[in-house]
Amino acid sequence: MRINTKLAALGMAAALVMAACGSDTKSPSATTPGGSTPAGSTPVDTAAGKAGGTFVFGASADPVVLDGAFVSDGESLRVIDQIFETLVTTKAGGTDIEPLLAEKWSSSADGLAWTFNLRQGVKFQDGTDFNAKAVCFNFDRWYHFAGVAQSASVSYYWSTVFGGFSDGATPSLYKSCEATDDNTAVINLTSPSAAFLSGLAVSAFAIASPDALTKYEADKVGGTGDAPTFDGTFGTAHPVGTGPFTFDSWTPGDKLTIVRNDNYWGTKALLDKVIFKPIADGPARRTALETGEIQGYDLVDPADTQALTDAGFQLLLRPAFNVGYVGFNQAKPPLDNPKIREAIAYALNRDALVKAKYPAGSQVATQFQPPLVFGWSDKVPQYAYDPAKAKALIAESGVTDLNLEFYYPSDVSRPYMPDPTANFEAFKADLEAVGFKITPKTAPWRSGYLDDVDAGNAQMYLLGWTGDYGDPDNFVGTFFRTKQPSWGFDNQEIFDALTKARDTADPAARTKLYEDANVLIMKFLPGVPYVHTQPALAFAKGVTGYVPSPVSLESFATVSLG
Amino acid sequence: MIRFVVRRLLLLIPILFGLSILLFIWVRALPGGPATALLGERATPERVAQINKAYGFDKPMVTQYLTYMKRVARFDFGQSITLRKDVTSELLRRFPATIELSMAAMLFAVGVGIPLGFMAAKRERTWFDYGAVTASLIGVSIPVFFLGQILKWVFALKLNWLPTIGRLAPTRELVHHTNFNVVDSLLALNGGALWDATKHLILPGIALGTIPLAIIARITRASVLEVLNDDYVRTARAKGLRTSTVNRVHVLRNSMLPIVTVIGLQTGLLLSGAVLTETVFAWGGMGQLIAGAVLDKDYPVIQGGVMFLAIVFVLVNLVVDVLYAFIDPRIRVS
Repeated sequence: MRINTKLAALGMAAALVMAACGSDTKSPSATTPGGSTPAGSTPVDTAAGKAGGTFVFGASADPVVLDGAFVSDGESLRVIDQIFETLVTTKAGGTDIEPLLAEKWSSSADGLAWTFNLRQGVKFQDGTDFNAKAVCFNFDRWYHFAGVAQSASVSYYWSTVFGGFSDGATPSLYKSCEATDDNTAVINLTSPSAAFLSGLAVSAFAIASPDALTKYEADKVGGTGDAPTFDGTFGTAHPVGTGPFTFDSWTPGDKLTIVRNDNYWGTKALLDKVIFKPIADGPARRTALETGEIQGYDLVDPADTQALTDAGFQLLLRPAFNVGYVGFNQAKPPLDNPKIREAIAYALNRDALVKAKYPAGSQVATQFQPPLVFGWSDKVPQYAYDPAKAKALIAESGVTDLNLEFYYPSDVSRPYMPDPTANFEAFKADLEAVGFKITPKTAPWRSGYLDDVDAGNAQMYLLGWTGDYGDPDNFVGTFFRTKQPSWGFDNQEIFDALTKARDTADPAARTKLYEDANVLIMKFLPGVPYVHTQPALAFAKGVTGYVPSPVSLESFATVSLG
Repeated sequence: MIRFVVRRLLLLIPILFGLSILLFIWVRALPGGPATALLGERATPERVAQINKAYGFDKPMVTQYLTYMKRVARFDFGQSITLRKDVTSELLRRFPATIELSMAAMLFAVGVGIPLGFMAAKRERTWFDYGAVTASLIGVSIPVFFLGQILKWVFALKLNWLPTIGRLAPTRELVHHTNFNVVDSLLALNGGALWDATKHLILPGIALGTIPLAIIARITRASVLEVLNDDYVRTARAKGLRTSTVNRVHVLRNSMLPIVTVIGLQTGLLLSGAVLTETVFAWGGMGQLIAGAVLDKDYPVIQGGVMFLAIVFVLVNLVVDVLYAFIDPRIRVS
C-alpha cells in the first residue's frame, strides 16, 4: 500500500520534471536585454519615455514599515520615497535643496523661525487636503513620540536632526509648528540650525495624511516596556502620502506593489506599477536581472560591474557620498603621538589600494567628507604615499614600541569597503614596510566588531560612513563634534569649530567654517580617510529615466521600460 | 497507540522547556546585539544603550527569561525587533512556503532516490551501481548555494526554461487562502498560476532535495541488498514468482523500514534546513526569516523560530514512529 503511494508520487515527480524541461515558455526571459550600453555615472535618458508597464525591482530586503518617521533603512525609504513627499527635497542626482511640497521658505533673522509657503491644490492619496495643518500635525506627531518610539532603532532621523522629544529628557531643536494660514507653516526652533533644512529632505520627514495616520493608528505602540509591539496598520497596509505612486499591496517576503497615482499634483508617473521584490542574496539578484525576472536592482557587487556592463546591462553609479577610513583610538598609545599618526598616514599607499581593489568611479579620499558636500577643502594636508618620510617621522617620535593592533571586520561588504580583508592586508604590508608590527584583530561585523570599535577597544580599525543627507554635519559633525570612545581624543578646538559651523545660518559663512574645520581635522589626523566610492545600480537595457542620487533619493516616476 | 501518541506529545513539554533555556542563553551569548545589528556604523554607545533599555535587554537575564516565558506560555513569541511584526503570525504565515518547498524536494528525493537505490542494488557491482554510489556521494557533498547557482545557470540563463526567484512570477496575482500556492491556484481554478507555481518549485526543489536524495538512494541500496540475500527472496524466486512480484512484495516492502526512517528524519531536516535554498532562490519562507534573524540578532525571531521548528521536528518523528506499525506489523508502538 505504502509502496504504491510512493510509486505514484515518483511518477508525478518525473512527469513534473519532464513537463517543465519540455516547456518552451520564455516568459521570464522575454525581456532579457542584449547588445551593449556604455556604463557610466550619467543617468539613463531622463526625457519622458514610453508610458505604462510594470517594473520589477530587486530589493535586498523587505521594508520594515512604510512610515518614514519609524525607519532609517534604505529598503523602507526606497518605497516611502515613491508614496510620500517632503517639504523640501534634493535636486535629482545631487544634494542641493529644492522645493517640493513647500514652494519657498525663509528663516527669521535670528534663525529660529522657518516659514514654509506650501504648494496649493495638493491632495493626499486618500482625497484629503494637504495644508499647513497637515504639516504641523506631522511635526507634532514626531515630537511627541514616547517610549520605544524614541529609540534610535525606530526614530533615528528625528534624533539625528532634532535631538530630543517633547518629554524634555534630551534637548530638542524643535520647539513648535504653527499653521498661520492654510498654506503657511512656521517651524520654530530652540536654537539656530542650518543643517535642519538639509535634514528635512530626508524621507523620514515626509508628510503623511493626518486622517490616515489617525484612522490606521500609526502611533499605536502596545505591549510592555520591554516587549513593545507596533500594532497600527498605517505603515503596513495603509500608507497615505502625496507622492506619484500609491500603495497597492504588500506580502512580506514576497513582494510590495505600488501603482501610479493618477491624481498626482505634478507630472504623473510613466509606469503603471512598480513591484519591489525582496532578494536578499546578491548573486540571486544578478541572475534574476540576467533572466529578465527583474528589470533593475540595487547594491550591485563591485565584482559584477564589469561582467554586467559587458553583457549589455546598464550600470548607474551614485555620486560618491561615503568615506572609508582607518580610525585611530588615541586613548591607546602610541596613537596619541601625532608623529606616529602622521607616519601611518604617509606609510599607507591609498592610491594603490583604490586602483587595485575598488571599482570604477572610486576616488582617493583626502578628508572625512566627500567633495560633493559643501565644506570640502582643497587646502587639507595630503599625506601622499612616502615610506621614507614615515620612517623619519617614527624616528623623530622617539617611540620604540611599534606594535599596533589592527582591527578589520571579517564578514561584511560595505559600499566603502567591499572587501575589508583585502584592505587590511594591503595596509598591513604598507605599515610593516616602515617598521610597524601589526597584530591582526578581526570579528564579524554585527557580532562583535562594531561593539569593539564603538566601545573604544580597537586601537586602529577599518570603518566608514555613508551620508544620510547633504550636510557636512552629517559627516565630520557625526565623527568629531563630540568626544567619542572610538576616537579616544578630547580636542576642544575641533569640537568648538564643528559646533559653531553647525549653528551658523549663513550658507557662505558655514561653508568657510567647514573648510577650515576640515583642515584642522586633517592636521590633527584622528584617522586616515582613504576612499570615496560610487555604489552601483544595474538595469535592463531599454530602461530610462532612473537618476541615481548620492543620498539614494530616487524616484520611479520618471522611469520607463523604454 | 493513543497512549503512545499522548505520551510523546507530553514529552514535548520538557524538551521545549530545556530548549528555551538553552536558546535564551545561547542567543545572548553571541557577541554583538540587536542594537549594533540594527544601527551598523551608526551605532554609538549612547544609542546602543537606549535601544537595549527600550527592549529590556539591560535587565538581568533571569528577569528577561521569566518575562519571556510568561508570554511563551500563551504561545506568544513576542515581536520581531527588526521587522516589528508578531513573530508567531509571521512564522505561521511563512510556514506554508517552507512546507511547499520541502514537499517538492522530498517528492524529488523519494521519486528519484528509491528507484535509483533499488536499481543500484539489483545491479550490484556494475557500472550503474558504481555510478549511482558516486553520484550520491557527490549529492551529499555539494553545497546547496553552489548547486543552486549551477541549476540557475543551466536551466534559467542558458536554457530559459525555469524561473530563479520567488514562488510565483512577481507580476502574477493570486488570492491566497492557504498560502500554499499550488493549493491556492487549484482553489482559484487558475491553471496559469498552478503552472507558474510548479515551475517556481522545480529548481529550489531539486537544490534542496539533492542531499536527501543521495541519502535515500544509499539507504535503499543497502537495505535492498540485505533483503535480496535473504532466504525468503530465494524461496520466492524458487517458487517461480515473477520478478516484478518478488521485487514489489518481498524485496521492496521488507526493505522499507530503514528507508521510511530516513525519509522521516530528512523531512524534519528539510523543514528546518531550507535556510540556504530559501535565500538563494528568494523563497520568502521560514528558513529565510530565521537566517536573517540570526544575522540581525533578532532574539524573539530566533527563539520563536527554533522552538517552532523543534515542535515540527518532534511531530514529524512521531508520525514516522506511528508509520512503522503500518509498515511492519511486528512492531507495536507502546
